[in-house]
Amino acid sequence: MSSREFILQRVRRNQPAWRQLPEVPSFARPLADPLADFGTALKRMGGTLADPPGSAALDDVIRARFPTARVICSADPQVEGTRRVDAVRHPGDLADVDVGVVRAVFGVAETGSVWLSEREFGVNALGFLSQHLVVLLDPRSIVANLHDAYAHAGFREARYAVLMTGPSATADIEGVLIRGAQGIRSLTVIPVAAKSAATATTQRRTS
Amino acid sequence: MKVALFVPCYVDAFFPEVGVATLELLERFGCEVDFPLDQTCCGQPMANSGCQSDAHDTEALFARNFAAYEHIVTPSGSCAHHVRDQMTAIEQTAAVRAVRRNTHELVEFLHDVLGVREFPWAEFPHKVGLHIGCATLRGLREASASEIREPAFNKPARLLGAVKGLQFVQPQRADECCGFGGTFSVFEEPVSAKMGHDKVADHLEAGAEYIVSPDMSCVMHQRGCAQRAGLPLKFIHVAQVLNGARA
Amino acid sequence: MSRVDHAEASSKFIEAKDHAEFHDKRLWDLRKKRDVESEALPEWEELRSLASAIKEHTLTHLADYLEEFERNATTNGMVVHWARDAAEHNQIVFDILQAHDATTLVKSKSMLTDECEMRPFLDNRGIEIVETDLGERIQQLDDEPPSHIVVPAVHKLRGDVAEVFGRTIGTDPKNSDVPYLAESQRNHTRPYYLRAQAGMTGANFAIAETGSFVVCTNEGNADLGANLPNLHIASIGIEKLLPKVEHLGVFVRMLSRSALGSPITQITSHFRAPRPGTEMHVVLVDNGRSERLGMEDFWYSLKCIRCGACMNTCPVYRRSGGLSYGSTYSGPIGVIIDPTFNLRKYSSLPFASTLNGSCTSVCPVKINIHEQIYKWRQIIAERHQLPMVKKEAMRVAGKILSSPRMYRAAVEAAAAGIEKLPRFLVYNPFNAWGRQREVPASPPSTFRQWYLKNRGKRE
Repeated sequence: MSSREFILQRVRRNQPAWRQLPEVPSFARPLADPLADFGTALKRMGGTLADPPGSAALDDVIRARFPTARVICSADPQVEGTRRVDAVRHPGDLADVDVGVVRAVFGVAETGSVWLSEREFGVNALGFLSQHLVVLLDPRSIVANLHDAYAHAGFREARYAVLMTGPSATADIEGVLIRGAQGIRSLTVIPVAAKSAATATTQRRTS
Repeated sequence: MKVALFVPCYVDAFFPEVGVATLELLERFGCEVDFPLDQTCCGQPMANSGCQSDAHDTEALFARNFAAYEHIVTPSGSCAHHVRDQMTAIEQTAAVRAVRRNTHELVEFLHDVLGVREFPWAEFPHKVGLHIGCATLRGLREASASEIREPAFNKPARLLGAVKGLQFVQPQRADECCGFGGTFSVFEEPVSAKMGHDKVADHLEAGAEYIVSPDMSCVMHQRGCAQRAGLPLKFIHVAQVLNGARA
Repeated sequence: MSRVDHAEASSKFIEAKDHAEFHDKRLWDLRKKRDVESEALPEWEELRSLASAIKEHTLTHLADYLEEFERNATTNGMVVHWARDAAEHNQIVFDILQAHDATTLVKSKSMLTDECEMRPFLDNRGIEIVETDLGERIQQLDDEPPSHIVVPAVHKLRGDVAEVFGRTIGTDPKNSDVPYLAESQRNHTRPYYLRAQAGMTGANFAIAETGSFVVCTNEGNADLGANLPNLHIASIGIEKLLPKVEHLGVFVRMLSRSALGSPITQITSHFRAPRPGTEMHVVLVDNGRSERLGMEDFWYSLKCIRCGACMNTCPVYRRSGGLSYGSTYSGPIGVIIDPTFNLRKYSSLPFASTLNGSCTSVCPVKINIHEQIYKWRQIIAERHQLPMVKKEAMRVAGKILSSPRMYRAAVEAAAAGIEKLPRFLVYNPFNAWGRQREVPASPPSTFRQWYLKNRGKRE
């Protein structure tokens, strides 16, 4: 008998009497100011919500925040950077990236999280090898809580989907909080809408 | 109202004043208190060690001794919790189930069954750290537990709050276990003693002169720790305070 | 296999005063942080009930959900393996590595791989394994198991870490600055992600509906390990299944709040299919879980989402440390599942508890932990696994306490003075009582004597 058969047979034999699956409520709460709530939650998790860029060019905004950055790798059409992620052959080639730039599909006010998949990263490792990450986020895409987040179709479609909430962190040594553990050292969200839909479509990469 | 009094062995042996105060307090509220003379123990020590077969005869004796009573009261939360929720070594006849259902710890009996709130004869002008034993807290649900998000309530505090001059102080760790745990106190002595010492230090630092508790088993352990450490803490049972003890 | 002696181990733990004090305070702090989070969510108790009910439903339909998961994961391009026990899990992992000529493996935290003792198995077969979670790495370099399932090196102080790193990765052993130590581990580990042929993770949840699995971390190590090498292996216990994506709303909201008092982990990753040109393998592991499913009193333990909240709140765990339990799983959850791995070896663990019930109250999936601890004591007594001293003491206590005459004699003797304490407390365990506590004083009379004198009729 294969292990598969062995396990399934044992599980079937031992399963206790049927218990009903409950309905999960949405726990909806209207948000007066989703961006502000999002910003508060993000700050608590060690991330930064930047001011809206206004008329400034995003590249300039990013350069001003990271004046010593040599390699700025962008996965988003709105930011030029110094290297385009679609030019990257191997994920390991991103090891020298100072600042990665991505656009999140949506944000979550409850936790300060942003949603990214392989499409938004271009190369998944961009979100983890970069020393710093800049995330563009349309404030209108912010949902209230994680129940709303998990209703998003992306979880069924993406190969790899991440809820990123602030920078990497650890408190494994004597409970001392370290921001910037092994992944990104900082996460900055810039609240800015995407370019028009038409332009965005022509620039979308195929996975 | 006729009430049978169950006095745990360590109260009978070492803290008879708690049994006396319990009896007198019940009499103050018009109860006719019987003390079945053949009572021994509720079976908890053996049952808590997993020794159901060793607990059997003791539990059977308890059920027999108290079968005739509609109200059985004991100044011990852990005993009441054992009887109500864990006394299963014996056959669960209708009589056994009745005895189990009818057993109450003193505070819950006063608060829920008699519904009393005033103790005009009582005065206890001291700073008090209230300790509710874990079986009394999470087993009998005599107060809201710090882990659970629920509206706050506290039956022992409610009753003690009516005592003139009594001032509550709050330790840092409101309801962390004190480490008695029955035979745990002996078979896991290092951790038990550490927990006891931490507990009394917490109350002392909060400004307690007295630790008051509905659970003399916890008190026995905490007092032992405090005395060994030479701490200026005094210990007294809720029954004694409510019955009018001044110190 | 010799019995774990929790009391003995705890004694040593407590003697190291600075370490013991930090350990207790740090974990109590995590418990307090969890409380703050729970207070911020009015629906907290409702979420606990939902989480519990979803898990109970899933476990009672587990075979169907496992098959659904396998079907969907396979359609997505994952390879799904089944391991009936630890040995088979280790062999499967080795075979996958061999098939890919992988000799270096970067791995993130997985209690399951510790449970299976995978590391020594792979070590012996020439696989270089790098634990990438900071706490796990410290423990690996110190050749010690993790002590806590969420914060593996919580029993160490910074000086200990400085000493370990100084000895193994070339840092300055006198420099115990925590940012320096963390940065050192970051720099030392980074090259491994870039050159390893394989990455390994565990999984916090596996979703039947989508054939995907979820990994919740803070450091970034799991995602580096999963997204750099071309091979990703995930070890998943069969009890990790959840029916649908929507259920993650409940569990992701509960997990980090319960574990660390933070609303979510910094990185919550959902793996549904391999990156093009790479391979993703899932190893579904039984190792006693299907048997535990059939234990009427203990199957609720399979609801566990490995948050560690029970450890943080347990006053015994905080004062004895995870290593004193001698098992991958320690603290309250360890106490109720370890006896299923080896009843004799872990027979003292259910007694390393005061049955205070705080664990049950913090458990996000409402496992009735302290009730299961109580039940395990009965099984241990029935299967003659109690230490002789205790067994005898309980037997004699049972005799005396069921006889009014013998009981009265014992009480009067005890009241008259501890020296005259009857031998039913065999081998004078009051010796243990008296090590750090005073014994109660002798009162003028027992309650019974007072009653007979003041209220009673003649006997």
